Amino acid sequence: MQDDTSRLLVEMRGIYMEGRSDETWTPIIKGVDLTLNKGEVLGLIGESGAGKSTLGLAAMGFTRDGVRISQGSVHFDGIDVLRASAQTKRQLLGKRIAYVAQSAAASFNPAHKIIDQHTEAPVQHGVMSRSESAKDGMELYRKLRLPNPEEIGFRYPHQVSGGQLQRAMTAMAMACRPDLIIFDEPTTALDVTTQIEVLASIRQIVDEFDTAAIYITHDLAVVAQMADRIKVLLKGDEVEEADTRTMLAHPTQDYTKSLWAVREFQRPAKPPVNTGATPVISVQNVTAAYGKIDVLHDVSFDIHEGRTVAVVGESGSGKSTTARCITGLLPPRIGAIELDGAALPLDYRKRNKDQLRQVQMIYQMADTALNPRKSIGEIIGRPVQFYMGLTGKQKRKRVEELLDEIELPADQYFDRLPSELSGGQKQRIGIARALAAEPKFIICDEVTSALDQLVAEGILRLLARLQDDLKLSYMFITHDLATVRSIADEVVVMKNGEVVEQGPKRDMFKPPHHAYTDLLLSSVPEMDPDWLTNLLKERGVDNIGDAAVEKMS
Amino acid sequence: MNSVLRIILQRLALGVLTLFIVSIVIFTAVNMLPGDFAQAILGQGATPEAVAAIRRDLGLDQPPITRYFQWLGGALQGDLGNSFAQANFASFVGDDSGARTTVAAQIAPRFANTMFLAGVTAAIAVPFAVGLGILAALYRNSAFDKAANVSTLSSISSPEFFMAYILILFLAVLNPILPSLSNIYDGMPFSERLQKTLLPALTLTLVVTAHMMRMTRAAIINLLASPYIEMARLKGISPMRVIVKHALPNALAPIINVIALNLAYLITGVVVVEVVFVYPGIGQLFVDSVKIRDIPVVQACCLIFAAAYILLNLTADILSILSNPRLRHPK
Repeated sequence: MQDDTSRLLVEMRGIYMEGRSDETWTPIIKGVDLTLNKGEVLGLIGESGAGKSTLGLAAMGFTRDGVRISQGSVHFDGIDVLRASAQTKRQLLGKRIAYVAQSAAASFNPAHKIIDQHTEAPVQHGVMSRSESAKDGMELYRKLRLPNPEEIGFRYPHQVSGGQLQRAMTAMAMACRPDLIIFDEPTTALDVTTQIEVLASIRQIVDEFDTAAIYITHDLAVVAQMADRIKVLLKGDEVEEADTRTMLAHPTQDYTKSLWAVREFQRPAKPPVNTGATPVISVQNVTAAYGKIDVLHDVSFDIHEGRTVAVVGESGSGKSTTARCITGLLPPRIGAIELDGAALPLDYRKRNKDQLRQVQMIYQMADTALNPRKSIGEIIGRPVQFYMGLTGKQKRKRVEELLDEIELPADQYFDRLPSELSGGQKQRIGIARALAAEPKFIICDEVTSALDQLVAEGILRLLARLQDDLKLSYMFITHDLATVRSIADEVVVMKNGEVVEQGPKRDMFKPPHHAYTDLLLSSVPEMDPDWLTNLLKERGVDNIGDAAVEKMS
Repeated sequence: MNSVLRIILQRLALGVLTLFIVSIVIFTAVNMLPGDFAQAILGQGATPEAVAAIRRDLGLDQPPITRYFQWLGGALQGDLGNSFAQANFASFVGDDSGARTTVAAQIAPRFANTMFLAGVTAAIAVPFAVGLGILAALYRNSAFDKAANVSTLSSISSPEFFMAYILILFLAVLNPILPSLSNIYDGMPFSERLQKTLLPALTLTLVVTAHMMRMTRAAIINLLASPYIEMARLKGISPMRVIVKHALPNALAPIINVIALNLAYLITGVVVVEVVFVYPGIGQLFVDSVKIRDIPVVQACCLIFAAAYILLNLTADILSILSNPRLRHPK
């Protein structure tokens, strides 16, 4: 910092960027400056559509198809990247500037072994020979704590788990020892327990080689662990920039403050359920299989009227499979599902209309869960007609009531198509469609995980209000423990198709826990910038993430 | 590796089943052809007795189902029967020398010629088309790309005989580089044979290139938006290497399928080109046999064509499966 001129690595001035849609260029980035010194980590945060990735790629002089830099300059270590020839730019990319993508599974070429992709940049840029680079790669794998560092590179990407691939990609970015790495949401697609390992590895290796980095994420708690400085973007504009501790402690702008406040939504605790009350939904000793392989083992839990049961666990733990059993899409092999104390037929095809009506679902991807060719009125009107038998004016009136219920004015939205709505609005339509059946019980399958935090919070508040008004019961499938904390009454923790622990929320967030619950809870990043450092000190690198999970089983 | 082996065995079994069904279709269709060999060969003045005698001699008086199984049983043992046209009719002539010409003996040299032509064409056309496709993908939307598209499309859209005559005009008449007649025979030295085959092979190349080239281009361009291609670009890899090393291996499956279809066409559908260049291939024999109702030869040709199609598609399927690392290297 003291010697500004010699430490300066990236300087972006007055960047304006445009994206092409419907034959016109619309602005994406509206005049952003960015300065990065050698060895410094800058966190770039904002919601989806804020232009974080676009700006991050622009720092490499790269734009995706249909995007252009209309104004401004990018200098990397004195080189004018935007005016440089394609040849000069290629010599920078991979060699001096590297990129770590959001989904390593998609960004590794499925046709080549990991080590071949690792050595490609060093060999092509003439930095190292193939064998030197392969040896160095194994050393990096070891540093990044990948299992079997000597051997893992000789596998194909599909043979390696997501968290391991993400670390292998970080190693690949390091292959030429670049001066700058752009991390584009490198842990967003990972489970919390896996994320923590990747975060620790990235931080360690960036420190060790004194690499500068731009760390792009929408997760404030993550950026707090990684960055020296944070820049907040909103719809292509810079909101503010400050060093991490200042930004966390004293955000100056309202938008930043609202981002910080999102996680504060918490519902008041409800009185315990009367003993002996009949649960709305009772899952009893359910074992279910895909083909011949059992994926659920003896799962039991109850959901009472007006309560929310959060089912948490990593991907593959059986959360969604349990939901499929309750809805009857996947009839359990053993066990029973009861609705209000009466057994439900296991196969949805054998359930009557009333039984079907009582159990509704809201999906994770509102985009794909709504028929793109039907208007909002038709989408919500369909269950109104099917379950309630309403037609004509009555049907329209009911749909308008439902739109009111989800806080979208009926006169504006009735005739729109899903493609004309934002992500949060689409999710609201999904909720209205579930409500149209007037059910007692709704399964919410990761309903907020595809949404930005502010929008997600709005959805959670809406669901909470609807629950209070209509006495709904929710089964809330999620991997996000912050969501659990804000909305759940009871928590069920699942792992490998089994329930490892269940109980009221306040017990679950208080020790003592089952070892797995403890690991899950402790892996959720906190806003405290020292959180990761302290956790690593407290537990040691071998007791976090996948390594710890493996120890348990 | 086990799963791959199982898939391959499954495909093989399906291929055999398909061939069996096709044999029924061929037999039925050929026997539904109007006209009759005995009638055709004896002409209008034939006495009913003479016709009946020939029919008896050739087994045409048997019910179709018996004939089908006789034919199938023979074919399974590699005996495709005797050619009607080349047969000595023992009962008719009164002297059975026993020297009947088998279908196999008649088809074998012709089939070898066809395979030679198809082989020469494939050796030129496949690398040319795939290479052109790669270049078109690399320089997509450039003048080169457009020129390649336009010229291959026009060559596939023109009738084959027209392309053949154009080539003859330029390469045999105006500039006598290659012979315009491809009358090859047994025992011809390889180089001469190759020289005589070159002109029909070039004609066929023009016919099959467009399809393969456009599929290569499309399959590669399809992948260029994928994250791993972006990653390769962000590693500073040269555009040519991005396409050949990163896109092509993942685009192989559709390309292989189109190549197989075109190779099958080279074996089964080149009658016109054979006629233009007087090339003694199987296509001409097939057409001649239909003309004189030489049923055993027609059936055998159909069966060979069907087998070629099935075999090439099977090979394409298997190669596509092998080009997928997920199947080659299970978890």
